[in-house]
Amino acid sequence: MTALDARVVVRRPAFTLDVTITATPGEVIAVLGPNGAGKSTLLGVLAGLLRPSEGHVRLGDADVTDVPPHRRGVGLLAQQALLFPHMTALANVAFGPRAHGMPRRAAEERARELLAAVDATALEARRPAQMSGGQQQRVALARALAPDPDLLLLDEPLAALDVDAAPALRSLLRRIVRDRKQTALLVTHSALDALVLADRVVVLTEGRAVEAGPARDVLARPRSPFTARIAGLDLVPGVVTGDALRTADGATVAGRIDGVADGEPGVAVFPPAAVAVYAEKPSGSPRNVLPVRLAALEPVGDLVRLRAVARPGGPLWVDGLAADVTAAAMAELMVEPGADLWFVVKAAEVAIHGVRGS
Amino acid sequence: MTTTRQPVTRRGVGLPRVLWVPAALAFAIIALPVVGLVLKANWARMPELLVSDSALDALRLSLETAAISTALCIVLGGPLAAVLARGNPPALPILRSVVLLPLVLPPVVGGLALLYLVGRSGFVGKALDLWFGLTVPFTTAAVVLAQTFVALPFLVVSLEGALRTAGQRYEAVAATLGASPTLAFRRITVPLVLPGLASGTVLAFARCLGEFGATTAFAGSLQGTTRTLPLLVYLERETDVDAAVALSLVLVVVAVAVIAVTRPRGSEGLS
Repeated sequence: MTALDARVVVRRPAFTLDVTITATPGEVIAVLGPNGAGKSTLLGVLAGLLRPSEGHVRLGDADVTDVPPHRRGVGLLAQQALLFPHMTALANVAFGPRAHGMPRRAAEERARELLAAVDATALEARRPAQMSGGQQQRVALARALAPDPDLLLLDEPLAALDVDAAPALRSLLRRIVRDRKQTALLVTHSALDALVLADRVVVLTEGRAVEAGPARDVLARPRSPFTARIAGLDLVPGVVTGDALRTADGATVAGRIDGVADGEPGVAVFPPAAVAVYAEKPSGSPRNVLPVRLAALEPVGDLVRLRAVARPGGPLWVDGLAADVTAAAMAELMVEPGADLWFVVKAAEVAIHGVRGS
Repeated sequence: MTTTRQPVTRRGVGLPRVLWVPAALAFAIIALPVVGLVLKANWARMPELLVSDSALDALRLSLETAAISTALCIVLGGPLAAVLARGNPPALPILRSVVLLPLVLPPVVGGLALLYLVGRSGFVGKALDLWFGLTVPFTTAAVVLAQTFVALPFLVVSLEGALRTAGQRYEAVAATLGASPTLAFRRITVPLVLPGLASGTVLAFARCLGEFGATTAFAGSLQGTTRTLPLLVYLERETDVDAAVALSLVLVVVAVAVIAVTRPRGSEGLS
């Protein structure tokens, strides 16, 4: 059974969008792509705000291609919260149920439940002008969920938030979307958002899907230059155990746990620039020391990127990890592809996030 | 305990000093004539002049017709502004120029135009007479029509500006939440443009109250029926200057009161 089955073709003078997107109930699809790739157009068509040149949009059993937005059951959470400025948080959240004909008391009851679900009960009586950006976005999430949409569109929902507010809302989104088994489509620039929130990733470039697959696979082994650039992160999948991540072969990667419970599937994420490279195994300090074999060298700006493969008999999950080092450090190492090296990364540089699914 | 703090003064950045002179002159041109009226007023006769039958009739008629005309402006001009701003009507620039016509047209010309449209010989007037036995010119209805004609653009222009500034992002969100266009208009659009609507309403009401040219041409000057305050002022000016000045001051006071009470946020500039 599919919750969403859409083929969207939009022809503009300078650009054609032609993409097929499907989702099973409760599935979260992330759409990644550079600016101008057609992500907003796709969302506009799914929401019913734009008419496609060709194609169809089916939600469950219903064909909604020609159904106006207010009868579609497609919710939207955008970059800007866009809370109605003349209404309190409660009235904002109750708006959707009221528009569907729910009596005022029942609608307010439902709004209170949703505000509680997004930890915004205390904001009930406030107007948007009296809330921070993060608070507004939480209320906007509650508002988007209130009419119980068949599909929730998330249009870069974290992009406008400051660095303090974004992680909290990311965790909240993940919890809420998973608990409610909400089918959703997430448009984002951030590999981390896709990793944490989505089951599958579709990479859109110049109006076409150039890559698709499980989020972790697409981001860990990027095949298109765009994906590689935005991914740009080292990923190690596993299961959260204590304050570390346990990989499939029983090794552990130490890091900072970011809102995941013990035993949940997770991924350790660190930037290649945080990886130090040694020819001999270093000893003594509480760091992650990974045995790798050097696969390739490539320039990245002023740095040199070392791409790793697994050593024969060594851990397989190091495959594809990258380390960025200065040209001077590289010269000191004096190594060539095929050499055995040690990638070393401090626990403080490793963030361990929960991921969806297995 | 007192703390004295040095007041923070802004240093003029970028405003040439020389602008102050014409600016002061412009202000004087607006403000001084009112002072002239106040100086000319015969304060001893004031009470007697203001409670005369003709004055009270004119004041009542002015307030009533201005109120009805303003209501008409809101009921008809509001939707017109919405269509211009959001409806993508064909030939929008031409439509908008036509809407602005009463602003630039001499009011007396507007009055004549109305007369030849709705008068006995005009094609709408003839039909009204024939089918309903209605005659509009030289009635209170004609006063209302003349005022609505001259005041509509004030409301339409300021409201259209407010609608365009507000954009349609909130309406799009409302639609995804299940609100029909009608519900979104009522619960989202109207509250959002309320300040623009308020300033447009104030401007329209003030314009109605001061209407003279179109009214004389189209409605005449009959006491109690069509003789509004401005018409009475014009009439008294020839026979009793004290009365004309006294009534003028009434208009000034009403105008100042309207601006002071509502103090429209958007009245800086026409939109």
